[in-house]
Amino acid sequence: MSHRLWISTGVLAIAIAAAVPSIITGQAPAPAAKRTAAANKKSAVPHTPWGDPDLQGVWNDATSTPLQRPTTIGQKDVLSTENEAEGFEEQLANDLNRDRRDGGAEVDVNRAYNEHWMDSRRLKITADRRTSLIVDPPDGRIPPLVPLSPERQKIRADQAASAARFNAGLPLYAQDFSLPVRCIIRTDSPPYLPTIYNNDFQIFQGPGYVTIVPEMIHSPRIIPLDGRPHIGKNLKQWLGDTRGHFEGETLVIETTNFRTDPGVVYQGANPATYKITERFTRVDADTINYEFTVEDPMTWTKPWTARIPWTKIDPKEQQYEYACHEDNYDIVHLLSGARLREKKGEVK
Amino acid sequence: MRMRFGATTIGLIAAAVAVIICLAVLPGVGQQARNTNPFPAYRPPRMADGHPDLNGIWQALVFSANWDLQDHDAQPGPRPEIMGAYGAGPAGQSIVEGGEIPYKPEALAKKKANFEKRMTVDVSDDKKWHATGDPELKCYMPGVPRATYMPFPFQIVQGSSPYILMAYEFTSATRTIRMNSTQESPTDSWMGWSRGRWEGDTLVVDVTGLREETWFDRAGDYHSDALHVVERYTPVSPYHMMYEATIEDPNVYTRPWKISFPLYRRMEKNVQLLEFKCVPFTEDMLYGRFRKQSSN
Repeated sequence: MSHRLWISTGVLAIAIAAAVPSIITGQAPAPAAKRTAAANKKSAVPHTPWGDPDLQGVWNDATSTPLQRPTTIGQKDVLSTENEAEGFEEQLANDLNRDRRDGGAEVDVNRAYNEHWMDSRRLKITADRRTSLIVDPPDGRIPPLVPLSPERQKIRADQAASAARFNAGLPLYAQDFSLPVRCIIRTDSPPYLPTIYNNDFQIFQGPGYVTIVPEMIHSPRIIPLDGRPHIGKNLKQWLGDTRGHFEGETLVIETTNFRTDPGVVYQGANPATYKITERFTRVDADTINYEFTVEDPMTWTKPWTARIPWTKIDPKEQQYEYACHEDNYDIVHLLSGARLREKKGEVK
Repeated sequence: MRMRFGATTIGLIAAAVAVIICLAVLPGVGQQARNTNPFPAYRPPRMADGHPDLNGIWQALVFSANWDLQDHDAQPGPRPEIMGAYGAGPAGQSIVEGGEIPYKPEALAKKKANFEKRMTVDVSDDKKWHATGDPELKCYMPGVPRATYMPFPFQIVQGSSPYILMAYEFTSATRTIRMNSTQESPTDSWMGWSRGRWEGDTLVVDVTGLREETWFDRAGDYHSDALHVVERYTPVSPYHMMYEATIEDPNVYTRPWKISFPLYRRMEKNVQLLEFKCVPFTEDMLYGRFRKQSSN
């Protein structure tokens, strides 16, 4: 029973986390030491018996370093001193901390549950002291949007209306909920970005294949390396269709054939023109550098690239099954709550 | 991939030659082998660790077992007035050793009730969420062994780590086989807790920690949370594995029982698991009664 509750409240927490903006300011000095040790450590990259770079293992991508550089930090892409890095990290951690009690009861409730539920790794900045996960463009920010066509404006407006009904506690039907809340896709959809918990990925490899299994929603990306073409253009998938190859020590994968449903590709890009390329490079025994580049001339003025370190974790810290749809009580709670409020005449 | 098929084709020819020689020299043995085992002795390709290479995309062809594990006639679907032959199920012979599942007398009533309410879905009460309705109908993860004989392929990814992945097309379910692990299941789950070991060329997988809500088929065959499944995957040719599962649950059956059938390697040049993310297909059925009615 308790784990069912956990999963259903998790659905809500994701929705809330997505809605809470990060505000980062200032810096504070503090002692530090080992941060660069991990970054500098470099050992021979292992290979599988059949000769591919070995990426097998359970990896975690949590970090507090934000995707986009906070405007308050200025132009600095890498913090040069330990003190600066500590201050940045502390500020981010304070902001992300769920055990704080400031802001009153409503704010506290909206923070949902406390640190017990959270991935503590998400309170650490990247070992290379970057101020944003985006490494290109150099300002560390997602490039400006291009003007959207009227059709796409309508899609976005419809999505915003669904989200508004959800946020007001008045969803009309299950399809008003976002894809993650409906348990269709979550952080299993590329690009892989850190979130509040369940940041674990297990990589399996066999001759001719690399397979990535994110903990949320358990959908594996099974990637053929034999150079075969993508599936036919009339076949569309929620996670797209992925092909890969090794360039030296780097696994390069490209994903196409995404479905056109709103919310499937990152930030409402245009599925037909959206392109995502991901690179996995094992830089030492405990680290994979995960880098992704997204481009879509119908959405962003230029391509952009982010880099996120994946850290190897103790295999005993295994993945757990993420059964989301199987006990998705909150869809029913929220829908029946909305109907009840209508019946009571609280809303029309 | 292509290289492997090349090698396995050569292997098949070699095996065929071996059979012919065997039949010519020992006709009696050949005859006997045909009666009990259609496959001649086979040595599968190896991984670097010396164990058989089970990588590939596999599928059972006894998928009528998903309608009913035991002998059953062809049958109309639950809503023939709208589904016609689309909803109908094929006849099938029992894949249960001895033909019948050894239910305790009192457990048989529950199976019958499951079947009668296989399409009764009511999610209005959290506590009764799983009380009725086939989990397959609701797009819930199918559990073990049902995932193996559903009419969808699955892929084995086996490398050089102590973990083997089994990935199923149906609702993107996965399970990790932990080789030589002594760790007990940390919690119950839909796909269970799988620990593997090699017995000769057979991959033996011990599955515990299965949630009690999964069924074995649309006929309502079921188990309790005491379910214990031991699976055996034995490669018998480049293109076949024999699959066997021993099913034990003292709460429901009078003794352990066994199912077995071959798994076939999918040979299409472009074969891959496609998505069967069925959640969107179930939302109107599960949640439709809670939507805002258009009459308002």
